[in-house]
Amino acid sequence: MTSNDAVRERSREEQATGSTAFFEVENLGIRFGGVRAVDGVSFALRPGEVFTIIGPNGAGKTTIFNLIGLIYPASSGRIWFDGRDLTGLAPHRIAELGIARTFQNIELFEHATVLQNLLIGRHRHRRSALWQELLFTPGVRRAELAQREAVEKVIDFLDLAHYRDSLVGGLPYGVRKVIELARALATEPRLLLLDEPSSGLNPEETDDMAFWIEDIKNDLGVTVLMVEHDMSLVARVSDRVLALNEGRPIAQGTPAEVQSHPAVIEAYLGSED
Amino acid sequence: MRFIFKTDYAQDIRIAKHGGHWFWYGLLLALLVAAPAFAGEYLLTQLQFIAIYSIVGFGLMLLVGFTGQVSLGHAAFLAVGAYTEGLLQAKGVPFLISLPAAALFAGATGIIVGLPALRLKGIYLAIATLAFNVIVEEIIARWEDLTGGNAGLLVKPAVLLGQAVESPAAFYYLCLALAVMVCLGMINLLRSPTGRAFVAIRDSEISASCMGVNLAKYKTLSFGLSAAITGIAGALYAHKIAFLSPEQFGLFQSIEMLTIVILGGVGFLHGAVLGAAFIIFLPQGIAIAKDWLPPGVATSGVQAVVFGLVLVGFIIFEPLGLYGRWLKIRTYLELFPFYRRGMFRRQKAYAKSERLR
Repeated sequence: MTSNDAVRERSREEQATGSTAFFEVENLGIRFGGVRAVDGVSFALRPGEVFTIIGPNGAGKTTIFNLIGLIYPASSGRIWFDGRDLTGLAPHRIAELGIARTFQNIELFEHATVLQNLLIGRHRHRRSALWQELLFTPGVRRAELAQREAVEKVIDFLDLAHYRDSLVGGLPYGVRKVIELARALATEPRLLLLDEPSSGLNPEETDDMAFWIEDIKNDLGVTVLMVEHDMSLVARVSDRVLALNEGRPIAQGTPAEVQSHPAVIEAYLGSED
Repeated sequence: MRFIFKTDYAQDIRIAKHGGHWFWYGLLLALLVAAPAFAGEYLLTQLQFIAIYSIVGFGLMLLVGFTGQVSLGHAAFLAVGAYTEGLLQAKGVPFLISLPAAALFAGATGIIVGLPALRLKGIYLAIATLAFNVIVEEIIARWEDLTGGNAGLLVKPAVLLGQAVESPAAFYYLCLALAVMVCLGMINLLRSPTGRAFVAIRDSEISASCMGVNLAKYKTLSFGLSAAITGIAGALYAHKIAFLSPEQFGLFQSIEMLTIVILGGVGFLHGAVLGAAFIIFLPQGIAIAKDWLPPGVATSGVQAVVFGLVLVGFIIFEPLGLYGRWLKIRTYLELFPFYRRGMFRRQKAYAKSERLR
């Protein structure tokens, strides 16, 4: 495609959709009864950056993730990914479009091995029809081997070879956290949503996690949207930070800017009067 | 203890993982193929029933064991398969056409039941499928023009490639071949993306959906496939019993079918076969035991009581069923003396996914 074509392509998309950002959240809000859990949140991601949402407990960080994952229907606002409006789609479409997520409290398939867990991550890359699978035709066999190879790359990347055939249920918390990250990577996402990647990890494991996130950004070029409490991790990996309080955005900028912002300090520590 | 050295990704998707598999399953198949030569007519009939009920077990295992959806109404799909086969056979339709028709029709019914089931979980789903079972039983009893109602429907022997399958040995081979084919189909499905999606739904609906699994589509598909497989069993059942009446497909039949899956071991294909064998041989065991009981006790209620006790006992003491027991014994022997009691403790399979809702 020549650059001219690219420009024309982009302007056409712009007309059709209204957002040109890689990923954009516009005036997002949700109410549970009288509570405005998230209210008027807007931000846009640049491709290849790590963007972190911080805020005190109950600020609505995970709710934003569940809104982006379409687990809750938004009461107001729009979510754009690649010029496409996500609001109103079925939850499984998110993964098909190339957005993967992890959960704060780990939602792995406990009765399966690590390998089987990661293979589920390949679901969006399946090509076979049901009758082919029932007969396990050579095409299905080839596809399975290709999926396995893709999964092995992720296993190598996150250094999980040791646990490949272990049941997830029996593995320590820190390892499961990495497996969940691996499962999300196995989908080959373009946008990765990490819900508190360091929660429940000891300082050493948190350090590893920061290392993985930097690798994901630099080596795989995946854009990361993250919710996180641990400010040292946030400062180390984030390009930009958004601070929330009681569902509303209070500050946005580089980690250092946000950390020293008076509204943020007030939200965490309270004001003097 | 056997150690398998893996040198190739293809090793993990093979049906037989090592020489032992080839040997033991080969031996089992050889014995089953040779059975008519040495088994008496009685044993052969039992084997026919085990093959038919194994297919039932496979069908229900797909839904209950692998997708994590309960059904208390599977006798209805057995009925749909059986009546479709019986009626088509009466019209002179050859078996090679009527069998797929029975499977398709039962599968279509399964999809229709599966659609409302998308919104239901656990005990509510069980009640909904139970209600469906009652409806189908009632329809069969009332639609006398088609089904013969409570007077019943006679079914002639199957006609396969112009030949009537009449001798016990021929019918046995038919049942065995279909059971093996269904079993292979299940194995293939479970090592493909669709089977993995089913298991993902069972373990955590929320993360299955986040991995791109369309919950509605796969749950409906699971219902449909499960019903279609049960329909195949129903067609064989029709020829085996040769006389169909609505009360054969009531709630008790459904519970018996669920018992196959639970006794055998939820989540294991082996479980379906073990459960089927158990269900078929249990009445014989009770009949033999009756001779040892005092005369006053040996009345007709004994079977239902023993049935219930065995089911409750398994759920409490051996939730992984017969196959789970075998796994434990094997692990114990392999690891001796390092086996620990808690090694097979598991969380409930479908209580977990309701956390994030």
